[in-house]
Amino acid sequence: MWDYTEKVKDHFLNPRNVGEIEGPDGAGEVGSLACGDALRLTFKLDESKRIKDVKFKTFGCASAIASSSALTEIIKGMTIEEAEKVTNQDIASYLGGLPEEKMHCSVMGKEALEAAIANYRGQKVVKEDFEIVCKCFGVTDREIIKAIQENDLRTVEQVTYYTKAGGGCGQCHPKIEAIIEKVRKEMEKEAPPPKLEKKKLTNIQKIKLIEETLGREIIPALKADGGDLDLIDIEGNKVLVALRGKCSFCPSSEFTLKQYVETKLREFVSEDIEVEEVRP
Amino acid sequence: MKIVYVDNNATTKVSPEVLEEMLPYFSELYGNPSSMHFFGGQVQKKVNEAREKVADLLGADPSEIVFTSCGTESDNAAILGTLDSYPEKRHLITSRVEHPAVGNVSTYLGRKGYRVTELSVDREGRLDLDELRESFTDETALVTIMYANNETGVIFPIEEIGEIVKAKGISFHTDAVQTVGKVPINQKKSRVDMLSLSGHKLHAPKGIGVLYIRKGTKFSPFMIGGHQEKGRRGGTENVPYIIGLGKACELAKKHLDEENTRIKTLRDYLEAKILEKIPNTLINGDPLNRLPNTVSVSFEYVEGESILLLLSDLGICASSGSACTSGSLEPSHVLRAMGVPFTAAHGSIRFSLSIYNTKEEMDYIIEHLPPIIQRLRDISPFWKDYLKSQGKG
Repeated sequence: MWDYTEKVKDHFLNPRNVGEIEGPDGAGEVGSLACGDALRLTFKLDESKRIKDVKFKTFGCASAIASSSALTEIIKGMTIEEAEKVTNQDIASYLGGLPEEKMHCSVMGKEALEAAIANYRGQKVVKEDFEIVCKCFGVTDREIIKAIQENDLRTVEQVTYYTKAGGGCGQCHPKIEAIIEKVRKEMEKEAPPPKLEKKKLTNIQKIKLIEETLGREIIPALKADGGDLDLIDIEGNKVLVALRGKCSFCPSSEFTLKQYVETKLREFVSEDIEVEEVRP
Repeated sequence: MKIVYVDNNATTKVSPEVLEEMLPYFSELYGNPSSMHFFGGQVQKKVNEAREKVADLLGADPSEIVFTSCGTESDNAAILGTLDSYPEKRHLITSRVEHPAVGNVSTYLGRKGYRVTELSVDREGRLDLDELRESFTDETALVTIMYANNETGVIFPIEEIGEIVKAKGISFHTDAVQTVGKVPINQKKSRVDMLSLSGHKLHAPKGIGVLYIRKGTKFSPFMIGGHQEKGRRGGTENVPYIIGLGKACELAKKHLDEENTRIKTLRDYLEAKILEKIPNTLINGDPLNRLPNTVSVSFEYVEGESILLLLSDLGICASSGSACTSGSLEPSHVLRAMGVPFTAAHGSIRFSLSIYNTKEEMDYIIEHLPPIIQRLRDISPFWKDYLKSQGKG
């Protein structure tokens, strides 16, 4: 069984904004019955050119329905220019993450949004202009390149998870591999990796990022040694935590905290994070 | 939460009688059946009894029963053990709808330079025996074809196939993991040389299987080790599980009639009600030659995983041949081999019953399934299009 977050389950069981808007300002449809999922997105703007109403109809699995529902919630109230900047990662993050194998559901949301915006602007997305790499699922080189760039993909398997390309007969795997190599070379040329540019975070973003980093990087490592950690509070850059399990009476716990938790949080969140232990 | 478990082709509940029979062999009766002392000897006696019970269910001789760790091991052992005995023969015949325990072994052998013929199936999941007749070569070492399909329940004419294969003097293996306990099997009158079964599909625990090997069949051991299982499968016997499987086979024989009467009636009732209450629904597979406990049903314009999760929310446990449930992106190889139209292939659900199911449970499913399908069709962009095309929009 897939390990879906509560948020995915909620948006699957209680999808928001289901339906189709009559006479929409923008409408986009991606996917097909044959491919196993499809999404039809329609929206209407208000006088100030903000998305006043947006609705979706989706054929697909739970994460496809949840991603569609999340997308509509994210873009409601945005201008077209703002909506255009929404990425598939934003959809996945809104849902608290998706299993990697299901990331193509978030990409489908992003593609439907692009199609609807293009439709609003009177542009036509012509698939024929691009080379179809995966014949089983009709995925073009453009879609694969975008997914690699936007999601920092490195392997054929990942490309399949994000775009479905290569998930059928597998004949296109060498082609995908060649695309990955080419795109990554260009990416490294454009953006030399030395220092990760960190954006100024809002408080909410910072709290979220701290929670995510704890959950993804730190707690699993502590648990492997029989320990655990609770986030108690965040005061500015000071992160207050309480140690549980073996950690709480481990003589090297202070070392664990300072060296490990702080390093990780500084790496992933912000250079000026300080960790402090509170005794429960 | 109420649990309605109708996923018995995936695994079954361990019968309380089976568990009870096993327990002493985890604690006080821990001897090794191979030991020379009485303490091991009393365990060996029980293992032999279990072997007799398994043989009895299959209409086989106890000496033809080899215990393994699971159905997959049995399949691997049968295929690789046969090919190893005929090193000069480099061709095998199988079908396109096998379980991965056979299908992926064939793929592996193909990579190793074997020639593999995969027989196709028709829209109802049936084999064309003429295609089989035309597939033999001088190089053919083995024919391995499943007894009944795990997804659709379609039963292949194994004895007819056996006639054809044995007339050529070629070894014949069948994966009967889904069949044993649901359909009477009598190896004394059969043309099958080797047959795989799995304990956890018939109310024994996971982790025990059997490979039946007819006397005189050429076979090299797959698991090489000690003298256990008459040198056909090394490794100390998994005593409690073997004893559990023996009990499960004894019970399965007793329940065979019930499987084919009460359970079949429940399945037919469920199927008829689903077809009656939900439009644009089709049954996958030959309705006449089918396991009594299985129904595979496709709902057009909706996707299987979504159906399963909404059912699961109500405590109903079923499974699907849809792409999304397996982590693959295409619907099951079985439905694709059958050419199920793509409007329906993604929305397939399998209900598989056991003797523990009741009519009340079927009614619970029948009550809750139609609104689930309707709800997903209301979200699906294709349903309204379809209705419009029918002039109903």
